[in-house]
Amino acid sequence: MTALPQSTEKKLGLVIDLDTCVGCHACVISCKGWNTENYGAPLSDTDPYGAEPEGTFLNRIHSFEVTPTDAPPMVVHFPKSCLHCEDAPCVTVCPTGASYKRAEDGIVLVNETDCIGCGLCAWACPYGAREMDAAEGVMKKCTLCVDRIYNDTLPEVDREPACVRTCPAGARHFGDLGDPGSAVSQLVAERGGIDLMPEQGTRPVNKYLPPRARDRLPEPPANLAALCEPSTEGLTGFLGWIDRTLGKI
Amino acid sequence: MHPAPSLIAFTVLSGIGFGLLAFLGLGLVTPTGWAALFWFGLGYGLALAGLAASSFHLGHPERALKAFSQWRTSWLSREAVLSVATLLFMAPHAAALTFLDTPAEGFGLLGAFFGLLTILATAMIYAQLKTVPRWHHWSTPAVFLLAGLTGAALITGIVALAQLLLAWLALALVAHWVLGDLRFHAAGSTTETATGLGAQGAVRLLEPPHSGRNYLMREMVHVVARRHALKLRVIAILCATIAPALLLLVQPMLTPVILAALALHVIGMIAARWLFFAEAEHVVGLYYGRD
Repeated sequence: MTALPQSTEKKLGLVIDLDTCVGCHACVISCKGWNTENYGAPLSDTDPYGAEPEGTFLNRIHSFEVTPTDAPPMVVHFPKSCLHCEDAPCVTVCPTGASYKRAEDGIVLVNETDCIGCGLCAWACPYGAREMDAAEGVMKKCTLCVDRIYNDTLPEVDREPACVRTCPAGARHFGDLGDPGSAVSQLVAERGGIDLMPEQGTRPVNKYLPPRARDRLPEPPANLAALCEPSTEGLTGFLGWIDRTLGKI
Repeated sequence: MHPAPSLIAFTVLSGIGFGLLAFLGLGLVTPTGWAALFWFGLGYGLALAGLAASSFHLGHPERALKAFSQWRTSWLSREAVLSVATLLFMAPHAAALTFLDTPAEGFGLLGAFFGLLTILATAMIYAQLKTVPRWHHWSTPAVFLLAGLTGAALITGIVALAQLLLAWLALALVAHWVLGDLRFHAAGSTTETATGLGAQGAVRLLEPPHSGRNYLMREMVHVVARRHALKLRVIAILCATIAPALLLLVQPMLTPVILAALALHVIGMIAARWLFFAEAEHVVGLYYGRD
């Protein structure tokens, strides 16, 4: 049924640290790898070795440039996948009941055998989180790796979404955002986690941690060029002793 | 939004079809015998042709029956249920007029009611989407309902009603365009709110996620040749409303003149419907450097 649950027991989701993400795209690749080999239809590519390669991805990284009024621009890498919204507009528009939000953990999923591929849910999502697979004709989206997080056959350390498991920078965190005591909730509280497009009224579960304030250098040092010259001044220890001793000869 | 020919054909044809069925059900035209068979055949034909065209848009049309299940929440499902209800309720009325030369008025009125609701449901599929601020507005159902009724008035040759509806349709189209141009800004979504980085400074896209295109860009980040949009609006409103209204002033009123007015109206509405999709900006474009 495409009616949204009144409330969910848990609010499983991701917290993405925009301060830490280095834009390496490892999460994109691990997501595609896991989700093309496991639950549901594979994520197809079209013209993969040709002039116009394209493919279905559940997680994509955009890179933005942010220009403060009084500081130089900075680059912010911005991973984006389904935010598992509490008021998910993609679910209620579905004519077949293929899209649903789970009452037990809040994960938004697509039952692919019920999906007619009308594409209306992708239109209803403000975030571009749903993509129709070109080969299968069904809607694909982030499952929060539902086939990993409850999977008893995997070592416990692997029971988290593939993107979180693989992130070399530790920029992605997974947990229950409905529990104020959870590590992710505390991280959000501590770092001032934000919602994307709050004006759309979707109440996303996933939160983004804004970049921390950068160090400021009000004025460059007067002798900047001199600082770049190699010098033995102030050298201590064995090398300093050699330098001083040889200098006396 | 991507102006898919199947969706343009579906919305224009089925709108006129359900409008015509509503006219027949309300008794604005009461043909009997073979004439009734022709008129109801035309109404059913247009409505069904539109629904068939829309199924070309689906990835899995063989599962289309499942779309009748979620009428409590989904406008698309409601449209499916209402369209079938219209065709079913109208059938006894059509049969009575064809074979017994007498209307089954109760069924006709019910069919007309559901026919108008079907057009409304079609419009609400688009008007419900907050993600496309241009569509999320009262002018969307106004244009869809008036277009269906105007097409029906022209096809049945009820001149006075057609002229009235053409005037209202012209106003609705202008409202949809003029007010629509203000909608995206009024909705308040910007690259800053989309990324949540507005507190840090001005935000612009530096690198898209991939060098190639993707489904989202093809479907929702369609870039219309904006310099032609104004010309197309003028062509659309001339063909869809002003030219047919002028043709209807010709005396004596002859069938070829009405048919010419109808043809011009349909061409104009196809142009207007192309613009309806092509000019609609989806907020996801903000993640792809469209602001």
